[in-house]
Amino acid sequence: MKKIMSGNEAFAYGAYLAGIKVGAGYPGTPSTEVLENYSRYPGAYAEWSPNEKVAMDVGIGAALAGKRALVTMKHVGLNVAADSLFTVSYTGTSGALVIVNADDPSMHSSQNEQDNRHYAKASKVVMLEPADSEEAKRFVKIAVDISEMFDTPVILRSTTRLSHSKCVVELEDEPADVAVEPAAYERNASKYVMVPMNARQRRLVVEERLKKLAEYAETTPINYIEPGSGDIGVIAAGVNYQYAKEVFPEATFLKLGMVYPLPERLIRDLAGRVKQVVVVEELDPFIEEHVRLLGIPVKGREVFPGIAEFSQGRIRKHAAATGLVPKEADTPIFQTSQLPVRPPMLCPGCAHRPVFYALQRLRVAVMGDIGCYTLGAAPPLGSMHSCICMGASIGNVHGVDRAGVKDRTAAVIGDSTFFHSGIAPLINLISNGGNSTVIVVDNRITAMTGHQPHPGTGWTMMGKEVPNVSIDALARAVGFKKVDVINPYDFKLVMDTIREHTSSDEPSLIVSQYPCVLNIKEKKPAPAVDLDACNECGNCLRIACSPMTKVDGGVRIDPALCIGCGFCASVCNQGAIKVPN
Amino acid sequence: MKNKYDFLFAGVGGQGTILASDILCEIGLRCGYDVKKSEVHGMSQRGGAVESHVRWGEKVYSPLIEEGKTDFLLAFEMLEAARWPHYTAANTVAIINRHQILPPSVNLGQAQYPEEKEIESILAGTGAKVVWVDGAAKALELGNAALGGVVLLGALSIYLDEPVEVWEKTIAELVPAKFKELNIKAFQAGRELMQK
Repeated sequence: MKKIMSGNEAFAYGAYLAGIKVGAGYPGTPSTEVLENYSRYPGAYAEWSPNEKVAMDVGIGAALAGKRALVTMKHVGLNVAADSLFTVSYTGTSGALVIVNADDPSMHSSQNEQDNRHYAKASKVVMLEPADSEEAKRFVKIAVDISEMFDTPVILRSTTRLSHSKCVVELEDEPADVAVEPAAYERNASKYVMVPMNARQRRLVVEERLKKLAEYAETTPINYIEPGSGDIGVIAAGVNYQYAKEVFPEATFLKLGMVYPLPERLIRDLAGRVKQVVVVEELDPFIEEHVRLLGIPVKGREVFPGIAEFSQGRIRKHAAATGLVPKEADTPIFQTSQLPVRPPMLCPGCAHRPVFYALQRLRVAVMGDIGCYTLGAAPPLGSMHSCICMGASIGNVHGVDRAGVKDRTAAVIGDSTFFHSGIAPLINLISNGGNSTVIVVDNRITAMTGHQPHPGTGWTMMGKEVPNVSIDALARAVGFKKVDVINPYDFKLVMDTIREHTSSDEPSLIVSQYPCVLNIKEKKPAPAVDLDACNECGNCLRIACSPMTKVDGGVRIDPALCIGCGFCASVCNQGAIKVPN
Repeated sequence: MKNKYDFLFAGVGGQGTILASDILCEIGLRCGYDVKKSEVHGMSQRGGAVESHVRWGEKVYSPLIEEGKTDFLLAFEMLEAARWPHYTAANTVAIINRHQILPPSVNLGQAQYPEEKEIESILAGTGAKVVWVDGAAKALELGNAALGGVVLLGALSIYLDEPVEVWEKTIAELVPAKFKELNIKAFQAGRELMQK
C-alpha cells in the first residue's frame, strides 16, 4: 500500500515502526509536525518540553534507561541543546538516541541560515540525511540501528523542502513490540559521569568509534554509486540529490545517505570513474571541503552559490553558466516588483495588537523576541527594535538600560518563549539590581507553530491536565514587586500601565493576557462604521488590522474577516466605530 | 499517459490552497503517476501569499517545479496569479479565480490593485493562455466562499484525461465529511463553467 506523506509525517511513521518509546521536542518550523504525528501512534509517549535542551535531556534519559528515544527541533534549537549533545556523544546511551533536526535554507521562517551539518562534525556524532519521505521513514530505523550498534547519538538532518514536501511512501507491517523488556538504568559511573577523569577515557572511545563509523560509511547501503555515462560525477545528499538528478540525468552519482562521517573510498571510486567531480550542496561547502582534503579536484561553491536553498532551475542556471550543462533558452525578465506585496501580519483580533499600538504611541524602544508578535516590528505598528533569538529580549533590555539609554525601554516576549528561555534573564534583572520593564504577551499557547501546549497552558501534548505555571506568581517569587496582569483590550489600561512601568525605577513585569483568538475561535459581530461621524483621521488604519479598508469618506470593516474584538472602536476619537451590544 | 504534469498553485493564506493541492496530488497517485508536492508553511496562516507545487510524472525527482516549465498555474486570487509569470511558458494554461483579496498596502490607499488587463499582460510575456473562472461567485452561489478552490479543480479537470469518478471520489474523501456534497457540486460547477 502506498500513501502520500510529508517528510515530517514520514519521520514520525518511521519512529513508530522503529519502536521509539519516548519522544520530546520544542516546536519550530519546519520540524514541528514530526513530534505531533509521532504522538498519535499507539504506544507512543511524546512531550513538548519548555525548550530544546530540556527535550534533549529527556531523550537522553530515556535512552540511558535502555529505550529508543526521539528528540526533534529546528536548526536553531540545536544551538540551545548543543551543550547536552556534545557530552552525550562521549557517554553514548544504552538504548537509542535519534535527533531529528531541520535546517531552513532561505530562512522561510527562521532568523538565520546556519548549516547544522557542522554540528555532527563538531560533536563527533553520525548524521544521516534522507532525500525524500520514503527515505525519511527508512532512515529512522537505520539511525536506531546505528545508535545501538555504535553506542552513539544519531542526527537525522532535514531541510524545509524535505520536511514540508510530500511524496509517496510504502506502508509497512505493524512493528514488533520492542517494549517488552522493562526499562532498566545501567549504573555505570565511569561511562555516564563525565568528570574529567572519566571524560578523558571516553574521549578515546569517541575517536575509536569515529574510525569504525567511517568504515561503516563505506559499506552502508545508504551510500551508493549510481553508474551513468559521460564525464561528470555528482556527489549529493538530501533534496539536492533530487534537483541534481533533473539537471544531470546522465551523470554518475554518489548518493550519500550519511553525511558524517564521509566515505573516503567511495569518493575516490567516483573520482576514478569520471573526469569532473561536482558537489551539489546548499549552504556551506561541507562535503566539498572533505573531497578537497582528499586531493581530488572538485567543482562546488565556485559554481553554485552558498546562500539560500536550491532548486533544479537554480542549479541548472549556474551549471550552464560554467559549461557543465548546455544552456537553455533565456526566460524573459518580468516586471512583477511593482505588484503590491502581501506580507504576513497580526491576525484580525489578535490580542498583541493593542500592546504594540500602545508601545508605538509611547515611543518605547522595544527589545523583542521570537513568535507571532515579532510581526509587531512591521509597519505601520513598527514597535519592535531588536529580535535576536529565543529569550534574548530580557537580557537585551537589561544591557540597553545598563548602557545608559534614556528612552523608555521594554522587553516584549511571548509566553512560550518566556518559558523557553526567559526565566534565567528575568532572575538576572533582579540579581543584578536592574530596573527594566518586561512585558509578557501571554496568549496561553505556542501560537506561531500551530498551538502547542507549554508550561502555562495547563494540559500536555498527550491531553493530560497538569498544573499551569503562573508567570506573574513566578516573577513575584523571584523578587519582582511591581507586577501587573492586564487585559489588552482595555486600551486605556494598557497605555496607563506601560507608561507607569516604563517610568518606574524598579524592575517590573506586565503580563498582557488574552488567549490566541485563532485557538479559541472567537467570533463576535463586527463593529459598524458611522461614515458621517468619521473625520478620516486614520487612527484605525494605523492599527494594521486586515478587515479594515479605506473607502471614500472613511473606512469599511469586512464582516467576514473581522472577529469583533472592538479594538478599532477604542482608538477612534470620534466614536464613529460602534461595537454592537 | 503523458510523462509529466506540473501544477503551480498560488493563493492567500486561508483560501484552501493547500487542501486543493493535496487533493490534486492524491488524484495523480490514484491515476498511476508518481507524485510530489511542496509548499512553505509558517507565515501563511497570517494572510501571507501561499504557493504550492504539485507534480505528476512517471518518475518525479524534484518536489519543485522548474521556472518556465509549469503546465498549469492555478491562481485562487487575481493578484497572486500575477506573481508567477517566470514559471509559465507558451504551453501554460493559467486558470485564475476572479476574486480579489486586498493586501494591506491597498487597504491603506498606498498601492493600486492591478486591473484584469494588467494581470493578463504580465502573463502574456511568455504566451501563457489565461482562463478566467468565476470561482468565487460560484462558491458564494453555492453558499460557502471556501468552495472556490474546488470550483477551480473542476475547471482544471477539463484539461486532463483522468476519469471524473476519480476526481469526485478523491474530493469526497479528502474534504471534511459534512461538506462532501457541497464540494462535489462545486467541482461539477467548475466543469460546467468551462463547457459554456
